[in-house]
Parts: sequence; C-alpha cells; structure tokens
Amino acid sequence: METIKLTIDNKEIDVPKGTTIYKAAKELGIDIPTLCYMDLHDMNIENKPAGCRICVAEVSGRRNLAPTCSTNCEQGMVVKTHTPRVLNARRTVMEFILSDHPKDCLICAKSGNCELQAMAHRLGIREIPGTEYAEVSTYREDTSPSIIRDLDKCIMCRRCEMMCNEVQTVGALSAVNRGFMATVAPAFEQNLEHSTCTYCGQCVAVCPTGALTEVNHVPSVLRALVDPSKTVVVQTAPAVRVALGEEFGLEPGTIVTGKMTAALRALGFDYVFDTDFAADLTIMEEGTEFLERLTRYLKGDKNARIPILTSCCPGWVNFFEHYFPDLKDVPSTAKSPQQMFGAIAKTYFADKIGVNRKDMVVVSIMPCLAKKYECQRDEFSVDGNPDVDFSISTRELANFIKQANIDISNLHDEEFDSPLGESTGAGVIFGATGGVIEAACRTAYELYTGKKLQRLDFTELRGMEGVRSATIDFDGLPLNIGIAHGLGNARKLLNDVRSGKSQFHAIEVMACPGGCIGGGGQPLLHGNSEILKARATAIYEEDRKKPLRKSHENPFIIKLYEEFLGKPNSEKAHHLLHTHYFNKQSKVIIKQ
Amino acid sequence: MSHIKIELRKEDVDFINRVCESFNNDPQELINVLHACQEHFGYLPAEIQEVVSEELNIPVAKIYGVVTFYSFFTMTPKGKHPISICLGTACYVRGAEKVLDEFKKELGIQVGESTEDNKFSLSSLRCVGACGLAPVVLVGDKTYGRVAPDDVKNILKEYDL
Repeated sequence: METIKLTIDNKEIDVPKGTTIYKAAKELGIDIPTLCYMDLHDMNIENKPAGCRICVAEVSGRRNLAPTCSTNCEQGMVVKTHTPRVLNARRTVMEFILSDHPKDCLICAKSGNCELQAMAHRLGIREIPGTEYAEVSTYREDTSPSIIRDLDKCIMCRRCEMMCNEVQTVGALSAVNRGFMATVAPAFEQNLEHSTCTYCGQCVAVCPTGALTEVNHVPSVLRALVDPSKTVVVQTAPAVRVALGEEFGLEPGTIVTGKMTAALRALGFDYVFDTDFAADLTIMEEGTEFLERLTRYLKGDKNARIPILTSCCPGWVNFFEHYFPDLKDVPSTAKSPQQMFGAIAKTYFADKIGVNRKDMVVVSIMPCLAKKYECQRDEFSVDGNPDVDFSISTRELANFIKQANIDISNLHDEEFDSPLGESTGAGVIFGATGGVIEAACRTAYELYTGKKLQRLDFTELRGMEGVRSATIDFDGLPLNIGIAHGLGNARKLLNDVRSGKSQFHAIEVMACPGGCIGGGGQPLLHGNSEILKARATAIYEEDRKKPLRKSHENPFIIKLYEEFLGKPNSEKAHHLLHTHYFNKQSKVIIKQ
Repeated sequence: MSHIKIELRKEDVDFINRVCESFNNDPQELINVLHACQEHFGYLPAEIQEVVSEELNIPVAKIYGVVTFYSFFTMTPKGKHPISICLGTACYVRGAEKVLDEFKKELGIQVGESTEDNKFSLSSLRCVGACGLAPVVLVGDKTYGRVAPDDVKNILKEYDL
C-alpha cells in the first residue's frame, strides 16, 4: 500500500494512503478536538459529516482551514493544529454553536457527561458574544415511552442519524430542514412513537449533548419505595453488573454483582432478585419450543417454522414487527426475561408471600431503553396492572445510588434473595452477543440427546463479528446457528430467511452492537469499543464462576415447574410466559 | 407511520411506480423521482413520499429530509395560479419586499401557503434573470415587470373569473 509522509505540528509521520489528518494526528498523540466525529472501527463505520468544524487545522498550500476528520493526508503535507488562526477559528465556531444552544447546563440531564459542555470547558469559553440579541431556535419536545427528544440541544452532529440508518437500518431519524430549523427528526417531524423507531436507544448512546435522553423513571420508583402499602421487587439484567461500576470510576469490566445487590437493598427494595433467573426460565421455554419445532421439521412437517429466532430483545421485536411482519411466526413466542420475571413475580411469588398483585411493584434495572417501552405494552398487563411497573437503565440506577449517598465501593458484597434471585451461568451470558443461543445450546443439547454435555463453553458462538455462524454437533445432528447483533446485521439474516435462502436452524438477534452490554441504557462509551470488550470478558468470567451453568439444572427453576407451571410449554406456561406479535408496518391505503 | 391515513388513488400510485421504474428504482435518483412527482402532482404530500420510500427502498424520514432541504420541493399544494416574487438582489433593492408584503396582505397568506379556495399560492424565489425589469413577479407562466405595491390589486383582478 502506498505510504504518505507528512508533518503534523513539526512531527513527521508515515501513514497509509487514505488516512485522514485526524487519524494521523491521533497516532502522533495529538488529540484534535471534535464534536461530530465518531469512529466505529469495529463496524467499519465512521461518522464524519465535517459538520461541527471544531477539528479544523492549517494545511500547507490551502487557503482555507481544513476539517481534519474528513481531509486525507497528502504527500509532503504540513499540518498545524494549534496556530493562533486555528485556535481563533475553533473558538469562534464553538461560540456559534453555543449561541444557538440552551444555557441550562445546571439542570440538563446530560450535565457532567456532555461532550459539548466538556468541549466548552476544554476550549476555555467564558463568554458567548451576541447572546443578548441572538435567538435560540426552538423545537417541539417529543417524549416517547423510552426516549426524550429535546432538539433545542441538537448540534447537528448527526451521529444519531448514523446509528439509526447505517448501523441499525431502522431509518427512523434523518436530518431535516435547513438553516436554523435544521434538526434530526422522524419523517414529517412526527413523534418517535409514530415512526419506525425500535427504541433500541443507540441514538441516545451516541448523542454528545442532552438532545436525546432516556425517560427517567427514578422518581416513580422512589415513590413506590416510600409507599408502605407496596411491596417493591427489583430484578437486574445480566449486563448491568458488568457496567455499573464504570459510573463509579471503576475499571471497565469490573464485576459489581454483590455491591449492586447491596446497594439495591440499601435503597429500600423489599426483594432484590435477578433477571438471570428469568433468563434460565426463558431457556426452558424457548429451548423446549425450539426442540419441538425442530423435531417436527426433521420429520418433514411443512408447517414447522425453522429457523427459530430468539425473542428476548424488545428492540429486535419492534424491528421485525415494523419491517418483517410477514415473518412474525418465525421468532420464538417466549416472552423476554424481563417480562417472564414480571409474570412470575406477580403470580407465583406474590401468592407465596401473600401479596395482592396490585400491591406489588416490580422494577427492572436494564441496560436497555426499549425495555421501558416493552413493559408498557398492553399485552404485558393484567386488568391494567403491568407485570413490570418500571424499567430503569444502568445510568439511572447509578444516579439513584449517588442520590442516596451510597458509596458503592465501600459496600460489602451481598447475595440476591431467594427464590427469584437464583440463577446459572447460562442466565448470565444473556448479556453478551451469542450468549442466549449458547445458553440454549447447553440445555437443548442435553434435552435432545439425553447425554451430558462435555464442553460447556461454546467459544465458536462468541466474539464481536456482526454476523457469526457455527455448526454445533448435537450428537450426530449438525445444527446450524446464526448470530447477529446490531439491527443492520439482523436485517441481512432476516432477508435470507424471507427469501428461503437461510440454512440456519436457530438464530439469535440482539438489537444493540455487542448485545445487551452495549445497550442504549449503559454507561456511555464515547466511542471507545474497548470498554465493550471488557464488559464481554466480565460476562464470561461471571459465567465461569457459577457453580451451575445450565439453565435446566437451576433447582429453583425445577421447583417452579414442580410447584406452579407443570412443565415447559404447558398451558399455564403458555399463558404466563409466551406472547404474540403484531404487524406494525405502515401500509399505503389505496382508494378504489 | 401507522397513524396517518394514507389514501391515494390507484392511478396515482401507478404513476409514482412508473416514475420510479423509469429511473430503475435506483435510490440515487431520488431527487429526479421527486421532481417528476412534483411536476405531475404539483406538490409532494406525505402519501407520495411514502410510496416513493417503498419503491426506492429509502427510509421515508430520509425522503422527508430531502424534501425539506431543497426549497424547490413543497409539501403544500400550489394554487391554480402560483405567484412567485423575485427577492434577488436587484429586485430586492428596488422594493420587492414591499410588493411581497402587499401580496401577503391582499391574499391573507404567508410565503409557502395557498389561499383557502386554492386559487393563489405565494412563493419567493431568487433571480429569474430579468433584473432589468426589477422588481419581477411571476403568476403562473406570465411575467410582470417593474411591479409596484399599488399594482398588486390589478394583477390579482386579472385572474377573477
């Protein structure tokens, strides 16, 4: 490959042809500031609309300053990134951006974690000239079940648009209008609720400002906790325990399961349970459904739909309801672990402790924003009483813990309560891409072959490739497994299923890159994918430490079936633990 | 967009489909497709954008983004007699804004809007290449030069029928 030699800030460097000045500078340890740029190198996607103009530099032979994020290095180029002219331009650009931005940092949901605020600090902005006569453009605020859009705070970096269109192929958001009214919005500037939005929250995860944030349910949870008539039960998703520590300054990948449990108890939850229990339950239901479909399929039953698709991810469910409603009989009918937990908590467990479901409040701690929407779906409530009352994100929990003056690093590890807090390693790995199907394989293998599994770690199912496949030997039956994370990758596999080209028997799909560990409700990555890898490593470590690592061996799951559900896919299990899907595709109505 | 009641006549949908086909349903041809549709329908309501979205396989949000970016495209139907006032430099310095204000007052509409009876619509544009006639007003295909605010009533009267 052709090499380019250039000088940046008096330092020489050789880079491959096609390298941007921004990246070359980074290699030299020169950190050029930027607001809109975002590099998702694991996915080979870069957001570089050159929109913010913060990253400009002086380039020899050019009259104008060049945006370094989108200017390629050229032979013999001399770049200066901090001349008075550059610094002056950068400051002026920043002042322009800030002049059209609300000044309510003190009470902004993003305060302290805002890239715009950090940039103003870094550039030492102390005044914004002309503020007294400059109007700030305003937009209609839009609150959906999961996401709040406060576009007054949008700086048109268009990262959300990249996530929504290029990574997720959801196509709900686009840059619209021009000039001061330019913003990012759904078609016809309608609310998110009336768009194809899946609530995956990846737009929120990359928004540098407070323009896109999650709906905050902490106040509702607090009200429930102080209400003496309510029994408040909490469940925590597997991906939360490997990321929560980051919000308290711990190294990415630190496992804080015990401290999180202690913190939740200190916050006043009556029962601290684990979604991992419900994940084990999901495997029992989904695994049984899979084996039943597979057996019929192998016997030549044309009505048996293969592949089976996982259904734990609410962003993914929304996606196929919008884009693949013709395939809505392909995913498993099993509810997600969050909803299975709610259904069991408000029946089996409520009966056990003698509490009416109306007096029980189920709270979930999720790495996810789509879970907020999921728990509000009509089909997940009984007489208007939802199975899961409130879902709060990892970020919201961290904030809640800080508000309660709890120093998580000083807490002693505590255990989950019994019985809905008991889980196996199979439940834990639900948090990483490939984990659900690995957990399913551990159980399905033993149920199908009747033999004991020799090797529990299906490492061939792990990794960060966007689309993966592996063939698992089910004692002579080669089972083709597909895995996709990120909805754009899911779309590829789904198109194959639709056209009949798919060779897979089972496919796992997670809406977010990396799976739940990269969820829209997790501590912000700020473009650092190494954090994601550290979380994945932590998930598999947590699994390895568990004495039991197969869902069907969870003694409390066995007991739940004995005492309450009968057997997997029984009528009662179907009633409580399975669901159905809807066609959300918009159809053009034609006047005849 | 499940809550929008989308109702198009079958021949309208067929027309849009034919336009898209003539451009090989190529997403890159979006602007040409929109041009052809606007020429035929006079405007680009949400319904038409939805059909184009399906045919070209482009998210409708993206199409809306393009429609709202280029001032040529409009989502409101043009009146029977579309009025355009040139606000280019030459026209502007010779009082085009006052002419525009007079049209707004007489018709009771803003730029980009149509009268209730859909007879007139009002838009502004930048330079029609007739600066010698500034300020210039176009009504449909007819050009009026050296228009003064006092002329506005008479121009509109020409279209009384």
